[in-house]
Amino acid sequence: MSPFTTWDIVRNLLFAAQWTVILSLVAFIGGGVVGLLMLFARTSKRVAARRLAILYIELFQGTPLLMQLFLFFFGLSLIGFNVPPWLAAGLALTLWTAAFLAEIWRGCVEAIPRGQWEASSSLAMSYFEQMRYVVLPQALRIAVPPTVGFSVQVVKATALTSIIGFVELSKASTMITNATFQPFVVYGFAALMYFALCWPLSKSSQLLERKLNVAHRNH
Amino acid sequence: MSLIAITEVRKRFGDNEVLKGINLDVAAGEVIAIIGKSGSGKSTLLRCINGLETIDEGTILVAGAQLAPDELHLRALRLKVGMIFQSFNLFPHLTAGRNVMLSPMVVKKVPAKEAQAEAQARLEQVGLGHKFDAYPDELSGGQQQRVAIARALAMKPLALLCDEITSALDPELVNEVLQVVGKLAAEGMTLLMVTHEMRFAREVCDRVVFMHQGRVHEIGPPEEVFGAPKTLELQQFLGIA
Ligand SMILES: Nc1ncnc2c1ncn2[C@@H]1O[C@H](COP(=O)(O)OP(=O)(O)OP(=O)(O)O)[C@@H](O)[C@H]1O
Ligand SMILES: [Mg+2]
Repeated sequence: MSPFTTWDIVRNLLFAAQWTVILSLVAFIGGGVVGLLMLFARTSKRVAARRLAILYIELFQGTPLLMQLFLFFFGLSLIGFNVPPWLAAGLALTLWTAAFLAEIWRGCVEAIPRGQWEASSSLAMSYFEQMRYVVLPQALRIAVPPTVGFSVQVVKATALTSIIGFVELSKASTMITNATFQPFVVYGFAALMYFALCWPLSKSSQLLERKLNVAHRNH
Repeated sequence: MSLIAITEVRKRFGDNEVLKGINLDVAAGEVIAIIGKSGSGKSTLLRCINGLETIDEGTILVAGAQLAPDELHLRALRLKVGMIFQSFNLFPHLTAGRNVMLSPMVVKKVPAKEAQAEAQARLEQVGLGHKFDAYPDELSGGQQQRVAIARALAMKPLALLCDEITSALDPELVNEVLQVVGKLAAEGMTLLMVTHEMRFAREVCDRVVFMHQGRVHEIGPPEEVFGAPKTLELQQFLGIA
């Protein structure tokens, strides 16, 4: 008989799940900010800005998140910065999220008819003014469902940070399993917790999408 | 001195030279109709005048503001000349009033109160004072186009470019827009319009420009252009050759 009760397991997992939530929020908010900057660069008229954004996006979309985590964690310590796992995890996830959000949002910006750009241009608005007052408010509406949908990917991606020793839900599961020898119970509960985080997100993404389709003319 | 001075303007899309040396001077208060076959470069010419297209050669000057590809020059140019499009292009997420208020507030930093009063006045000018709070999709095509005119006017341009602004409208809605344009012309606004409304062009315009294959093929007062076309191409275009 193991000295650990089921409640012990659940309690410890819940504690670790907090870090999954915090890391997800950091990645999502940080990634949103960086993603918005990348979006501006990616859709700008300046060739250099566009190239830079494309390079960034392709780099982060074209390599496994795992490699990015390793590079941030081990790479930075190689060149003399000893980064703690939480920092490496936060940084890598933020930049990874930003690359995907920038691409998702670019699609939404490009879905705005050219006439909107031309009309606002002819009214003497600058690129930033056009984005801020004309294009983004319209793009935002179509961007909400895929953005919320992508947040599910972010939550699941935090599991990878266990590799570099950040103690979130997945890492905690492994540690608790090692102590309790009850992998099925532990990972079962962990999976339930991931599901409890992700399901409401993907469900609301679906609902939002349907709502926006029905209410075509909502203001 | 002319308000709009277009000198030897050439424009290419790849190998396709669309404007082949355009010269045109427009005096302040002048109303000009541009006619011509599809593909003759009418839209391209208008789009060049407010910098929606770049030009390859020549110069365009509007009240001292020169067309150049950088933001500063473009902004200066666009503050002098407004444009109205065939497809209205109202901002669908804003009410009619907000559509009119937006650019004065954002570009000219006009305070909201003032911008609102100005928007109300401009909407009244186009006969839509009561539609301030209506969204574009609650308006008919003719009403939307009139809001677009009000929106352009709110920037107090010296000249307006109109590219077939009644072509997307149901026939019964054409007149309400033409009336607004006619009134603007009578009040002394400088207008450069591409149009297929020959009767309107004949009644309202000071000069008519016939474009053919990227050139100003014939130009003159409407009586001459419509009444005594000199070139075969114009005669064919008017269907009298
Ligand atoms: N963005 C573009 N890229 C490539 N070619 C273009 C572009 N815009 C216009 N053209 C070409 O330039 C030529 C002139 O087009 P333009 O739209 O100025 O003609 P138009 O006189 O306005 O015709 P319409 O009466 O049909 O409106 C056409 O051959 C057209 O295919
Ligand atoms: Mg045209």
